[in-house]
Amino acid sequence: MQARAYAAPPTLDDALALLAEHGADARVLAGGTDLIIQVRENRRDVGVMVDVKAIRELTEFTFLADGSLRIGAATPCARIYGDSQVARRFPAIIDSASLIGGVQIQSRASLGGNLCNSSPAADSIPTLIALGAIAEIRSKRQEREVLVEAFCTGPGQNVLAADELLVALRIPAPAAHSGAAFQRFIPRNEMDISVTNAAANVTLSADGQTFTAARIAIGAVAPTPLLVPAAGAALVGQPVGEAAIEAAAAASRAAARPITDMRGSADQRRHLAGVLTARVLRTAIERARAS
Amino acid sequence: MTAPEKPAYRVIGTRPVRPDGIDKVTGRAVYGADVRLPGMLRGIVLRSPHAHANIRGIDASRALALPGVKAVITGADLVPPGKTLADVPDLASNLMATTKVYYRGQAVAAVAATSEEIARQAARLIEVDYEVLPAVLDVREAMLPAAPILHAGLRTRGGDPNTQTNIIAHHVMAVGDAEAAMAGADIVTVEGEFKTSMVHQGYIEPHASTATWNPDGQITIWTSTQGSFPARQNTSAVLGHPISKIKVIPTEIGGGFGGKIAIYLEPVAALLARKSGKPVKVQMDRADVFEATGPTPGTSIRAKLGATKDGRIVAAIADMAYETGGYPIATPANYATMVAFSCYDIENLKMDGWDVVVNKPRTQDYRAPSSPAAAFAIEQLVDELSEKLGIDPLALRLKNSAREGTRGPMGMPYRRIGHEECVQAALDSDHYRSPLEGANKGRGVASGFWFNVGLRSSVSVTVQPDGTVSLIEGSTDIGGTRASLAMQLAETIGVAYEDVKPTVVDTDSVGYNDVTAGSRVTFGTGMAVVEAGKNLIKEMSGRLAGAWSVPPEEITFNAGTFSAGDKSMTFKQAAEATVGRGPGLTVSGSVNAGFLQGGGFAHHIVDVEVDPETGKVQVLRYTTVQDAGTAVHPAYVEGQMQGGAAQGIGWALNEEYYYDDNGRMANSTYLDYRIPTTLDVPMIDTIIVEVPNPLHPYGVRGVGEPGIVPPLAAIANAVYRATGVRQHQLPMSPRRILETTDAMKA
Ligand SMILES: Cc1cc2nc3c(=O)[nH]c(=O)nc-3n(C[C@H](O)[C@H](O)[C@H](O)COP(=O)(O)OP(=O)(O)OC[C@H]3O[C@@H](n4cnc5c(N)ncnc54)[C@H](O)[C@@H]3O)c2cc1C
Repeated sequence: MQARAYAAPPTLDDALALLAEHGADARVLAGGTDLIIQVRENRRDVGVMVDVKAIRELTEFTFLADGSLRIGAATPCARIYGDSQVARRFPAIIDSASLIGGVQIQSRASLGGNLCNSSPAADSIPTLIALGAIAEIRSKRQEREVLVEAFCTGPGQNVLAADELLVALRIPAPAAHSGAAFQRFIPRNEMDISVTNAAANVTLSADGQTFTAARIAIGAVAPTPLLVPAAGAALVGQPVGEAAIEAAAAASRAAARPITDMRGSADQRRHLAGVLTARVLRTAIERARAS
Repeated sequence: MTAPEKPAYRVIGTRPVRPDGIDKVTGRAVYGADVRLPGMLRGIVLRSPHAHANIRGIDASRALALPGVKAVITGADLVPPGKTLADVPDLASNLMATTKVYYRGQAVAAVAATSEEIARQAARLIEVDYEVLPAVLDVREAMLPAAPILHAGLRTRGGDPNTQTNIIAHHVMAVGDAEAAMAGADIVTVEGEFKTSMVHQGYIEPHASTATWNPDGQITIWTSTQGSFPARQNTSAVLGHPISKIKVIPTEIGGGFGGKIAIYLEPVAALLARKSGKPVKVQMDRADVFEATGPTPGTSIRAKLGATKDGRIVAAIADMAYETGGYPIATPANYATMVAFSCYDIENLKMDGWDVVVNKPRTQDYRAPSSPAAAFAIEQLVDELSEKLGIDPLALRLKNSAREGTRGPMGMPYRRIGHEECVQAALDSDHYRSPLEGANKGRGVASGFWFNVGLRSSVSVTVQPDGTVSLIEGSTDIGGTRASLAMQLAETIGVAYEDVKPTVVDTDSVGYNDVTAGSRVTFGTGMAVVEAGKNLIKEMSGRLAGAWSVPPEEITFNAGTFSAGDKSMTFKQAAEATVGRGPGLTVSGSVNAGFLQGGGFAHHIVDVEVDPETGKVQVLRYTTVQDAGTAVHPAYVEGQMQGGAAQGIGWALNEEYYYDDNGRMANSTYLDYRIPTTLDVPMIDTIIVEVPNPLHPYGVRGVGEPGIVPPLAAIANAVYRATGVRQHQLPMSPRRILETTDAMKA
């Protein structure tokens, strides 16, 4: 291991002070399920590991008065999907949180870590984007909010400055008659990085027959997970049905800018962006109608 | 075709607990990496980042200057006295490069230091001056005259002495006149070209060796190996050191499947131990295992079958090119010619086999080496033929099956074999008789053959005063052979299985044993065990003769009891009476069980569902049928059958060495080299067929290998039924299925 020092600050202010002091030499440690592996494989050299799991605000989630969900950035996935209210109101979060790794990984891995690691194939980011999630960011200097769809800037890169910490993710309350879903495609049935993934969040008219709002996001098809506004636009105002779904799928295919590597070819990923868009839409519609 | 009556056995055919079980499930078993010695250093191997390069020089001075570093070795340490770097033989340069590297991951230097971290840091300080050369990674491309040449001195065996080439050998096998028979009127033909990718055995335990080198020249090596005696022999050859001064202690082994036959780290650890004067442990990480051990060849096979309209296959032609990786070996394609058509009785055959070097790791055997790739081609063609002729695929196989007397591998007629019985059992199985319903689903079948080997084995047996016996073996136990050998001894000498205590010992402590491979231990070492058992009975009869004052010939041994006239004793009583009060008693049994063992056959049935939108293949149901000759321990036979099928599923669907354009394997982790998980493999049903092997006293056949032969083709045949598209290339990954079906064209 190439980490030289470890700190577990008890408060947010302490953590921010450490980050301010050490800058780029410091690295936030949440579950460590990405970071520790990167360090062990010499892909990252870390001076000070700043473990944020002792900070209460970062490891709990709360429902706010307006119905939105605020998830502390370092809350382990297992805690999130174990909650019946989250399961009922934000099933797409569960879709993502319950398939990141196995039980051991889920007991450590956080959504904040998944977002800050900023992998193009991360399995929670499309969901967060589709749900319109907001990243609450703090440093000693300032406090700011960034939409998750604008958070990642490239593979492993994001808007955080060296002294900034992601404190929480805020997910707006679901609209009436809305539903969301996430799916990924992997060659095996476990233990793989998404070849492509997708999330949809749709709002239907009260009679469930027309799309009134829609957000589609796709992953592993570009340097960052993508919001596909054209896919949403292809749905809004349209009757719920296969024609609109196929139009949205076509928009996802068109938005994808994939590469070929050992996990899949560019053509395959572009194709899967369409297939998965259609599949998550069908589940989201079902959930919207059941809500 | 009815199977011969099986004798009534007392121990054989039961399912006792394995002697090594407790240690393994409680974590006490000592595997390669568990060895720890006082003062031990850690060794790290520096590996080539290039697939093909000349080594112009190596400068280790900065590494040697690092505190904690105790020794550095390079290929220069392997040069025999009075010779040069260029004279180092392949066996040695494959594990420490000399003038050239032939594949990425090839060892170029090694460091021993007081900690793994220091050794790693030191390895990074070693400067290697490479002249990078163009690499060739595809077997057919490597055969072209314009291909980059790996070994300037290589000539095709028996070929033009003046032409440089990558072709090591061209094996030709011809019987009758296949071309003419194929051209006959009324002959229905099918043909195709098939490719398989390089794949790895995928054992859990990475290689690990620990060595000490005493000032008196005595070397001791603890290592995870399929053969401690060949490891000793090869280490002796690499180091130019007498075998009498090398002791190899085999640890428990976490899988091998052929990949732990060769040596990699043993001489490296020994040389580092000599230079540093300390014990040294060297172990691989997973990327090392993928890049620097011996995967199985990628292949390209063109084949053609011709049959009469009523389904008699009269001619078969195959052109089979096998990669051997960076070093010349002339076995993979030769084996292919021994196995490709061995399930069938075909009058006219023509086979061309090509062994070819490419810039990939030097290949090794993997479970039924060469046979699965050949079956991927041939068993798909048989399937195509059955469709073209409108004959059930199993009926077609029965009609053309090899049987006793049919010409087998190397031209020798088969003794009694069980292919027909396997196909018949498949026909009669619940699986084959249950209809498969629903869209996008398909059922495939395929046969498989492996010749199985005999080779040399020795055991000794010591009688303890309490009437138990110690079985001393030198065959490392990968598949439960301590149990299967102890059972054969118990059967022979008439004691309970629990009264036999088997132990695998080092190379100084028992007679010579060839590798644990070729499905030979339960067969070949089993023969040595039976012989030792018989010797023991003879020896005890002699001692009882003295005690009873009767001539030894008058003593009979039957069902575990010695008797003469009105006197009788069980084996246990006899042991107490003789060894308990007299001198100790140790006997041995040693055999050369020959090269070929008589042949093992399998037949598989598989149902799959293919997602037409994503190309993902899900295996729904799987049944394996296999002839075990006599199933000594049926649960382990089933385990071997299931293991072969599971590995075959991985090979068929997702496993491949995926190379980038620079000859770098891009997926050298178990994340991206996709062996199946438990969720990808259904319960694999097993049907054991028993057609006793006339070459073994209890009728045993090797069972470790035939089970991996049919899955590639069986799954391809099932995918064809599900999609209507023939699969000519492995793996049948979602990407390949999408590319070969019209899913992405919509
Ligand atoms: C076996 C295994 C299976 C996996 N399976 C999946 C999978 O299926 N899908 C998937 O998407 N991922 C998977 N992962 C990757 C990983 O588990 C996830 O990305 C996880 O969500 C990371 O969260 P973490 O809390 O462990 O992050 P960490 O490893 O602690 O951190 C990740 C990165 O984010 C930074 N960071 C973390 N928290 C903050 C913060 N609050 N503020 C600023 N920066 C921060 C860290 O400095 C680091 O760079 C798997 C990993 C393993 C080991």
